[in-house]
Amino acid sequence: MWSSCLILFGALVLSLAVSAIMLALQDKPPLAAIAILFKGAFGSLNAIQDCLIKAVPIYLCSLGVAIAFRLQIWNIGAEGQYALGAIGATWVALRLPDLPWFVVIPGMLAMAFIAGGLWGLIPAVLKIHMRANEIIVTLMFNYLAILFLDYLVYGPWKDPVSFGFPMTREFSASAIVGKIGNTGLNWGIILCIFSGMAIWIFFRYTRLGYELKASGENIRAARYAGLPYDRLVILVMVLSGALAGWAGFLEASATINRLQPSIIVGYGYTAIVVAWLARLNPFYIGIASFLLAGLRVGLENLQLDLQVPAAFGGIMEGLILLTVLAGGFFIDYRIELRKKS
Amino acid sequence: MSPELILPLLAAAVQSGTPILYATLGEIFTEKSGILNLGVEGIMMIGALAAFVTTKFSGSPVLGFLLGGCAGALLAGMHGMVCLGFQGNQVVSGLALTILGVGLADYLGTPFIGQTAPGFTMMPMPILSKIPLLGPVFFRHDPLIYTSYLIPPLMWVFFRYTRWGLGMRAVGENPRAASAGGLRVIGYRWAGILIGGYLVGFGGAYLSLAYTHLWTNGLSAGRGWIAVALVIFSFWHPGRAVVGAYLFGGVMAFQLRLQATGTYIPSSLLLMLPYALTVIVLVFSSWKGQGIEAPAALGVNIEPSE
Repeated sequence: MWSSCLILFGALVLSLAVSAIMLALQDKPPLAAIAILFKGAFGSLNAIQDCLIKAVPIYLCSLGVAIAFRLQIWNIGAEGQYALGAIGATWVALRLPDLPWFVVIPGMLAMAFIAGGLWGLIPAVLKIHMRANEIIVTLMFNYLAILFLDYLVYGPWKDPVSFGFPMTREFSASAIVGKIGNTGLNWGIILCIFSGMAIWIFFRYTRLGYELKASGENIRAARYAGLPYDRLVILVMVLSGALAGWAGFLEASATINRLQPSIIVGYGYTAIVVAWLARLNPFYIGIASFLLAGLRVGLENLQLDLQVPAAFGGIMEGLILLTVLAGGFFIDYRIELRKKS
Repeated sequence: MSPELILPLLAAAVQSGTPILYATLGEIFTEKSGILNLGVEGIMMIGALAAFVTTKFSGSPVLGFLLGGCAGALLAGMHGMVCLGFQGNQVVSGLALTILGVGLADYLGTPFIGQTAPGFTMMPMPILSKIPLLGPVFFRHDPLIYTSYLIPPLMWVFFRYTRWGLGMRAVGENPRAASAGGLRVIGYRWAGILIGGYLVGFGGAYLSLAYTHLWTNGLSAGRGWIAVALVIFSFWHPGRAVVGAYLFGGVMAFQLRLQATGTYIPSSLLLMLPYALTVIVLVFSSWKGQGIEAPAALGVNIEPSE
């Protein structure tokens, strides 16, 4: 555990150092920029609240990705499943604007689950029956989902009074997930906590969860032991997609209050970084989501103050992931030493 | 359709297939050594940017093209460091490379958005371009396309008849046996990663130097991922990669032409074509080939003790 923390810390320092060089390359003051990054992310209560708001979709996507990774199924499609979830929820919101919230919100929740889950189910079926590589299929499904979202908001779902902007009309009040008390946080955070706990219990206390973990460790042995590998793949991909779909639903309903292309900001890819940083553990995923949400919030300040391009976030995320991957070697290496003594 | 319509479309298919071809060949080279590198998209972007910036400041597209390849190899080297040096997971490392490469290219390229650079222009091949049908389709292009014609046969000879090529295949199929036979497994895998990265970098360089002559964000638009899929489609044969790359080039060119004619089909649906086709092609070839011909040790790290 301590070595993991040390490696994470080392990875952060290393990627900050490289990022500082990158900033200096474009004539931005590196130290001041990093100070702005940290202050912008964690310097005030408001900033921390922003981090929590952004952490919600990242957490749900990452939880989904982590379930799939547990089974060594490489679901890179959280981005598309998130888009499909947003589309499914929006469909309900646009069709039933006049019903009360306790009908509309569960409807959106269910539809986001189905749409996101479907976007995970198809690659799973193709993998099992046609042996199609799920990495490429899920990735192509991202492009397809995002283009489909574009098609909807530029075409059939476009708000007639949007002055040509590609967006649906604003959701009615009953289709908007509300804020908790006087804070800026929405109820989505409760959904995160419940999903996280459910997944944790599932892996720790249920037979199916145990089978899943065992199959992930050694697929061949699991098949030998008669575990239903194919069905596990389906289950995992549907759950994975559904969780990302919920993230899309929350983002459309609670944060933006409508569907528009700017809903796609790469949470699905950040989720992969988070899942790996957190070693696929639901609790650590919470912490890592918060940290990488912080990176995004800090970066927004950096964009405003120093005109640093948003792509800077990709550099840092990529570097952190690479260094953590390399650092994992030292954890494994230590285990080797004990075996020998 | 008449030949006046078909021939330009086929020529355009070759042109827009070329960056994908370079990237696919590069990834085949890497995978033959047993390393799965999913960073193709990021490596292409870095290659495209390095080539563009070099050409802009030096005025020499040839130098730009070569340095584009170098930048690709350099980024691919990080994959080598993580996977060969530190036993990191190859799938995740490749994804990290894509996130890093795309971010880096967008970030460093921001000042150049919308700017142009000198690049390669059309140079019809002296005698060959006069051949009916084949001439206009294959031999009225820029020099980078002619260069790409040479690589598949060279790779075929390399993997079939040379000592190093056979060694690399052995390392990709069974690293333990290769190591017992006295081959330096790690060295071969490094070569696979760097040379493959170099070729993928060429693919990116082609995009910015010959395909557009212009810098924009997200230049590769998923071509790197299409290349990863085409490696499976081609069953790791350089020759089949040519077929796949031109097929995709054709679809992209066709789609662009349809948009230009002002069809009533929304552009976002047209843009789906290459991605949908990737899924179809992948599913079909995986089903038909059952994945038998993948290098057996693909994606498996070698333990440090070996």
